[in-house]
Amino acid sequence: MLIPTRLARLRKIRRPRSSSVSWGRWTEFLIESLIRILGLSTIGFVLLIFLFLLKEGVPVFLRVTPANLFGARWYPTFDLFGTMPLLLGSVLVTVTAIAIALPLGVATAVFVREVAPGWAREILKPMIEVLAGIPSVVLGFFGMTLVAPLIRTTLGAPTGLTAFTGALILAYMSLPTIISVAEDALDAVPKSYRDAGLAMGATQWQTIWRVVVPAARSGIITAVMLGMGRAIGETMAVMMVTGNAARLPLSLDAIFRPVRTMTATIAAEMGEVAQGSTHYHALFGIGIILFLVTFVINLVAAPAIFAKRRRGGLR
Amino acid sequence: MNRFLEQRVGFAMLSLAALAVVAPILLVIGAIVVRGIGAINWEFLTAVPRSGMKAGGIFPAIVGTLVLILGTSLAAIPIGVGGAIYLSEYARDTWLTRAIRLAIVNLAGIPSVVYGLFGLGLFVLFLQFGTSIVAGSLTLAIMTLPVIISTAEEALRAVPTEFRTVSASLGGTRWQGIRRVVLPQALPGIITGVILGLLRAAGETAPILFTVAAFFLPRLPQSAFDQTMALPYHLYVISTQVPGMPPQIQYGTALVLLALVLSLNVIATMIRSSFRRRRQW
Repeated sequence: MLIPTRLARLRKIRRPRSSSVSWGRWTEFLIESLIRILGLSTIGFVLLIFLFLLKEGVPVFLRVTPANLFGARWYPTFDLFGTMPLLLGSVLVTVTAIAIALPLGVATAVFVREVAPGWAREILKPMIEVLAGIPSVVLGFFGMTLVAPLIRTTLGAPTGLTAFTGALILAYMSLPTIISVAEDALDAVPKSYRDAGLAMGATQWQTIWRVVVPAARSGIITAVMLGMGRAIGETMAVMMVTGNAARLPLSLDAIFRPVRTMTATIAAEMGEVAQGSTHYHALFGIGIILFLVTFVINLVAAPAIFAKRRRGGLR
Repeated sequence: MNRFLEQRVGFAMLSLAALAVVAPILLVIGAIVVRGIGAINWEFLTAVPRSGMKAGGIFPAIVGTLVLILGTSLAAIPIGVGGAIYLSEYARDTWLTRAIRLAIVNLAGIPSVVYGLFGLGLFVLFLQFGTSIVAGSLTLAIMTLPVIISTAEEALRAVPTEFRTVSASLGGTRWQGIRRVVLPQALPGIITGVILGLLRAAGETAPILFTVAAFFLPRLPQSAFDQTMALPYHLYVISTQVPGMPPQIQYGTALVLLALVLSLNVIATMIRSSFRRRRQW
């Protein structure tokens, strides 16, 4: 009589506890494995993206001769898949955009970090965040309806939808990236550099341009590269304001004529192609080029981004 | 005195540059608000488009965008926050961790239209989801991952190590410490990151072009495997694909999209700044 009760009591106490411990260990193990998998998933996604671009894009390199692929004419309906005009279109628009955004962005970063009074900083920083948040299709719409007519009338050109219009919009789209990375680079310059400059009798202005900015050079180069990555991959705004004429932009006034980029070509034509056609594979082929270009840019810029993180990012 | 004059001119030019950055932003927002506000009324927000989208409202596009935000968050939040927990709490500085960070930087740099191609290849065709909310949401989710992971990781790392040590000293396991101590402390920062990621998804057009967006579908989506209209794509359609569109409807649509994205932006900023003011450590 006594023994079974004790046994039961023991069981009552012991059983739940021991099972809850092992259950706890199990869930802990399961959760930690899950987190590990989630952590690794980003590598999986990059590989998956590349894999599917290859799967759908590689056939074009088998079906179309290299001479055709790197030719000067993109007329998919006549089986002409010359990507040169698109490639040079992207390069033209991107380089012009950076030429506009680099001086503006670095000057703004210097202003925010070194010169601006507190109230100006309080206005500038949120405004730049707002700019980063404006959807590209909204900027494209703005560019189409308000910037393009302005450019048409000032140039007296037949259309305002030109490479320059696209570059202008792209410059503003890459500014948030350029400004924030350049600002971090300026931030990383030790205060002693500034003190030394001022102690030598240089003005603040001289110290900024001869000491601080040169010391932040590598960070500013990173800023430009990431800005370029942004600009070359931008799609909707560019498609809406550049006029989309697939011709080689080699004349002197090419910047003030319509142009077509790689991104715009994919976005505009993918909706109309038959799945599995050469044209379909060619668009994925352009996707491979875009992927590789941005991959290389980010690979080169990555060490600088990590360095920023090691110093402790959240400010 | 020459160099002080130089400094003055230089500073003036710097402030001009800053003005040249800010003024167009105000111009964009101002122009869209002024020209679009007239279009906003109850019917515009709650009715389906009529007569070839030239009249009526944009209700299906608004709902579509909200559904896509929901779908994106369902996929992106668990993966993103889990990945951030791994990087901040578990990962050591090995080649594998560096590879993960490299992958995140590269995911952030991949052009949005390439995400569209990927979504088309994997979700729409290979997994046969068709052009559907599922395919679009998953595509957008992968695109927003880098934003969510890096902001959530920063938020987790900002929690002092002592919090973890104390939890362990009380007999808590590592996961208990993360769940009961670290995560609650980092929550506002994580939420900020999630909102920033989702607002990017809400405004994107290129990734949804071939994966979910419907040109004209004057009804609400019926299931997760249905197509849907969405605000950014709708704005693109009515400003480039439909001739003779009344400008007021275009500006009205742009305004609704802009208001949605900017209000999310403001909410994220407010959470972040109130959290920074309140935190004790």
